[in-house]
Amino acid sequence: MVVEIGHFALILSLALALLLSVLPLYGATKNNLVLMNSARPLSWGMFVLLALSFSVLLWAFYTNDFTLKYVAANSNSQLPWYYRLTAVWGAHEGSLLLWVLIQAGWTVAVASFSRGMPQESVARVLAIMGLVTVGFLLFIIITSNPFLRTLPNFPVDGRDLNPLLQDPGLIIHPPMLYMGYVGFSVAFSFAIASLMTGRLDTAWARWSRPWTIAAWSFLTLGIALGSWWAYYELGWGGWWFWDPVENASFMPWLAGTALMHSLVVTEKRGTFKAWTVLLAISAFSLSLLGTFLVRSGILVSVHAFASDPARGMFILVFLVFVIGGSLLLFALKGNSIRVRGKFDLVSRENVLLANNVILIAALVVVLVGTLLPLVHKQIGLGSVSIGAPFFDLLFAWLMMPFAFLLGIGPLIRWKRDNLSSLYKPLITTAIGSALIAAIMVYALAEHFIFMAYIGWLMAIWIVMLHGYELHQRSTHRHTFWHGLKKIHHGHWAMMLGHIGLAVSIIGITMVQNYSIERDVRLAPGEHYQIEGYDFYFKGLRDKDGPNYDGYVADFDVTYDGAFINELQAEKRFYTTARSMMTEAAIDSGITRDLYIALGERLEDKRSWAIRIYYKPFVRWIWAGAILMALGGIIAISDKRYRFRNKIQHQVAS
Amino acid sequence: MNPRRKKRLAVILSILLGISVTVGLMLYALSQNMDLFYTPTELVDGKPNGTKPEIGQRLRIGGMVVAGSVKRDPESLRVSFSLRDVGPEVTVVYNGILPDLFREGQGIVAQGILKNSTTVEAFEVLAKHDEEYMPPEIAEAMQKNHQPLEYSEKQLKGSY
Repeated sequence: MVVEIGHFALILSLALALLLSVLPLYGATKNNLVLMNSARPLSWGMFVLLALSFSVLLWAFYTNDFTLKYVAANSNSQLPWYYRLTAVWGAHEGSLLLWVLIQAGWTVAVASFSRGMPQESVARVLAIMGLVTVGFLLFIIITSNPFLRTLPNFPVDGRDLNPLLQDPGLIIHPPMLYMGYVGFSVAFSFAIASLMTGRLDTAWARWSRPWTIAAWSFLTLGIALGSWWAYYELGWGGWWFWDPVENASFMPWLAGTALMHSLVVTEKRGTFKAWTVLLAISAFSLSLLGTFLVRSGILVSVHAFASDPARGMFILVFLVFVIGGSLLLFALKGNSIRVRGKFDLVSRENVLLANNVILIAALVVVLVGTLLPLVHKQIGLGSVSIGAPFFDLLFAWLMMPFAFLLGIGPLIRWKRDNLSSLYKPLITTAIGSALIAAIMVYALAEHFIFMAYIGWLMAIWIVMLHGYELHQRSTHRHTFWHGLKKIHHGHWAMMLGHIGLAVSIIGITMVQNYSIERDVRLAPGEHYQIEGYDFYFKGLRDKDGPNYDGYVADFDVTYDGAFINELQAEKRFYTTARSMMTEAAIDSGITRDLYIALGERLEDKRSWAIRIYYKPFVRWIWAGAILMALGGIIAISDKRYRFRNKIQHQVAS
Repeated sequence: MNPRRKKRLAVILSILLGISVTVGLMLYALSQNMDLFYTPTELVDGKPNGTKPEIGQRLRIGGMVVAGSVKRDPESLRVSFSLRDVGPEVTVVYNGILPDLFREGQGIVAQGILKNSTTVEAFEVLAKHDEEYMPPEIAEAMQKNHQPLEYSEKQLKGSY
């Protein structure tokens, strides 16, 4: 009975979403205030109904209601309660429901935080968001309904959640990622709504900026969490595999990063409008493309959900509708928004343009690498795979001009600048960073690798020039400490974002060039040494959990005879899902991780195949991502975006 | 040419140069890193269009692990096993740890270098994280041979 309420709420929310996508839009064209005003309550209604529907599904999982097909396929009565709840988004149907719930959440957020915007714009934006929600709700109800019953013959127990997903990292990774994906629909809706009216002004850019930054921050965190999870849970110690699904999340991130920077130009200088709109459309379209690739099972991937051609077809049609529709609109209205900005070759505008060009080039690389195998197969040339070295090579080369521009970008003024005043600091920094990078590589690594040197060079170049810029800005009119306090949030956000990238670059450089990975054969009582660390395999013991049987291998790690840590690597056999899982043991540190994962027990019944890894600076990759996301949060907190206060202020005065 | 045009020409030329370098680099990287997929039958008898891989070529191979064929070296982590679909078997040699879901009778994909006409030296072995999963390439290859090899009813159901 409860389940039917959830099902009914889901269908009812579709009805509200339909109304939301029609009424306010009609009201906006006819200038009917009542219809326009209906947008906010309709958004709230849609959100509340979806929240109800989602809670019902949570409840069904919590109470082990195996009469539901989806619960029976993805849960088990032996599963701990917290994993039963997160199992809701452990597979296709539930994660889509989470997706629309988040979509509705963003809609409600726009409805609440947009009081300073003209009623007509709000109505249009919310209507577009409603339209997107309609698409996803139809998708759920037609092809992937989580509320289908198994009655009358329902199973006594469920098939259990995929053991890989029984992990705290998976509790927050998908919601974060979806917050990012779906968040780009806000920027998309703003762009489409403004295209409809043909009024793409700086106000539009100022409204979309905080939303874009928010979505981007979530996506950054979501991707970083996924990478971290893959690192410790898959037991291979890799942090990025260039897997099609990872690429699917990386493409909107690249487009979103470009969008964020191009919005700056549109807001501050009123140019790049058409380009910004295109980026807003592509960021969201790429999110949809990602969903299509993952859900249709068209690509071979570790993430591939059970494939169903009907689902793939539906998303493909939806994708064509969204991309085709928005590009058509762009073609019709686009020429009216072209502005000829006047700026010189050396100007902030051009640096940001170059930033966008490189980001889009990177995007094209990922797109080609992900889709080419698909095309290759469809045109009958046989199936191929494109390996990680393809992406690694191209990203390393694209990163160099990117890092170079990233360093000087903030120093260059809008519209027109003269490089001559910058020659001195640039040359000093170039020499300084070349020296420091050499020292770092010499101090941290045993042998010199050219790419590692380049990596450090890029990171230190960025950090030094940002430090110089900060000093220049704060001592411009005040003393250093006083001036530092005057710097507004947006500027700190940029600093954090860029330095976060530098931190990630250091992490990636060190891991890619100086990791030591050994697959060894070890029996209890034996030693193995890497980089001066001694790993002593003490012994093996049993350790069973609620829904698995497991072994634990105890290791003592010492360095020069000094005790470092005791590591416990686990091997689990999940009885219901009948699958083996590896739980890696990691001793994490700022400059290095030590990583042990159990392989399999070998024929002699004593020895084990064991992975022992030394991963220098691997934490820096995620630390950088956290800094970037933090930058995003600080950017949103900037006073300029508190429209409500501003309006009230004006009224008061 | 006036200076303004000159400047424009320089900008356009540098953009063209940038694009061609990027595209060239991309094509180069692609040619180095694109691995064709073969089933064991295709590897031995050639693909339908007659192409056979050359010795020393990097490739991917996917098939079912033949029961009883997994042999480990007692001193190291060297392992060898046979793969087949519907035709001849191919031996895969690998030095390292096999994935958790590697089992005899299970579908796997290996990436490596062709050593001789029926042996592949793998540097990566992948088994998928799903019991019901059969690499689409294998399923398709088997369909083509009119003899679809499928998981048994019991395997598909899991444990109800």
